[in-house]
Amino acid sequence: MNFVPILIFLGAAAAVVFAALLTNRLLAPHKPNPAKLTTYECGEEPVGSPWIRFNTRFYVIALIFIVFDVEVLFLFPWAVNLKQMGMFAWVEMAVFIAILSIGLAYVWAKRDLEWIKPKPGWVKSKD
Amino acid sequence: MLETIIILIKVWAVLIALVSGAAIMTWVERKESAVMQDRLGANRADILGFRVIGLFQPLADGLKMFFKEDFIPDRADKFLHTLAPILAFFPALVTFAVIPFGDVLKIGDLVIPLQIAKLNIGYLYLLAFGGLAVYGTVLAGYSSNNKYSLLGGLRAAAQMISYEVCLGLTLIGLIMVYSTLQLDKIVQQQGELLFGFLPVWGIFLQPLGFLLFFPAAIAETKRVPFDLPEGESEIIGYYTEYSGMRFGLFYFAEFVEIIVLAALVSTLFFGGYQVPYLYADGFSFPWGGHWVLPNLIIVLLQLASFGLKIAFFCWLQVLIRWTLPRFRYDQLMRLCWVGILPLAILNILLTGLILLLIKP
Repeated sequence: MNFVPILIFLGAAAAVVFAALLTNRLLAPHKPNPAKLTTYECGEEPVGSPWIRFNTRFYVIALIFIVFDVEVLFLFPWAVNLKQMGMFAWVEMAVFIAILSIGLAYVWAKRDLEWIKPKPGWVKSKD
Repeated sequence: MLETIIILIKVWAVLIALVSGAAIMTWVERKESAVMQDRLGANRADILGFRVIGLFQPLADGLKMFFKEDFIPDRADKFLHTLAPILAFFPALVTFAVIPFGDVLKIGDLVIPLQIAKLNIGYLYLLAFGGLAVYGTVLAGYSSNNKYSLLGGLRAAAQMISYEVCLGLTLIGLIMVYSTLQLDKIVQQQGELLFGFLPVWGIFLQPLGFLLFFPAAIAETKRVPFDLPEGESEIIGYYTEYSGMRFGLFYFAEFVEIIVLAALVSTLFFGGYQVPYLYADGFSFPWGGHWVLPNLIIVLLQLASFGLKIAFFCWLQVLIRWTLPRFRYDQLMRLCWVGILPLAILNILLTGLILLLIKP
């Protein structure tokens, strides 16, 4: 029963979105021309396509994101029940978090959290 | 049947409040920035010569969105280009479903909880739909086939997933204290008193949690100082190629997010709809004295209290947006992963320890 209002709300919100787009489509003029439809780059002719292979700087971030997001998922039920479970549960979670923190420290030391990553190597290169 | 009608009325009221609130926020943002920069700000829109300090401006803006041509650039991906603004706006709207805006309204024998849905996984629902917003931004950046948009989308991807982790972790401490994910239960517990006089608001129990949660949440809304995906003054960002109502949806989503964030912060940390010393039957002061009030007055007081708190945090966010300069990207990442995140973990462990040590 709790999810019925949610479903109604989702439907109503979707209706708002589509009504806005539909009204716009009905009311607005539609006169495309080639100049209007070009990619906007401040008046310059666009050179090449942006759909090339690009350097995803933070793919390592995406990996640790998954690790930590799963950690958060484990933390929620633990947090709700901690008061009943007592000290043993706390110690267990502390160990779990410590292990993940080592991973974070490793990524930090490898400098994957910086926009300009120095050449591959451990912490500091000699030159 | 009656129940369904009540739900429909609540849904309608909340949606109207959110959308018109967002419209008013566009005016607040322009006016507040104008005051801060010693300008007049928006004051030209008028109806029959009445200008009312520019309050008709959002109306004019909204109407303009409907009448502007909405075109898709030739080289863009047509499907994803249309889908992106919907994915940006829709989650912002639906997150409000679990936020309680009052206790219960009694009409005769009818007891109406003033919340769309009492979900026992309330905060998880919020996180889940909040997480969807990243798709809107990244898809807009990618599908536009524009280099500036792509840059915006790339920046948004790393920023939003990073701060999403913080958004979860910073609140674990609060959830430990109240032992529930259900937002209305959290608010109910905040109506009690600490030491006999201080309301048990989240801010008093989790000050560090609040200090960490608020910046992380602002980063999720992509506003200054975290506006790198947009970067108005440098790359324009992921919605460079948008026009008409589809641009309007992105624009509006930002303001809906401000309101939802303000509501969330006041719900979790500032007692939500609670008024200090106001209980289900009236005021009851710690220094003695009891003042019985009818249910309707109490509900109105609660709504007013919630509205004022939301207004305050909306104002605060606009103030922050017009005060601080933009972060550099590496600073942004460092703040999240080696600033907020370790402190949040520390907060969790400390809170747990304290909770277990003072347990009766």
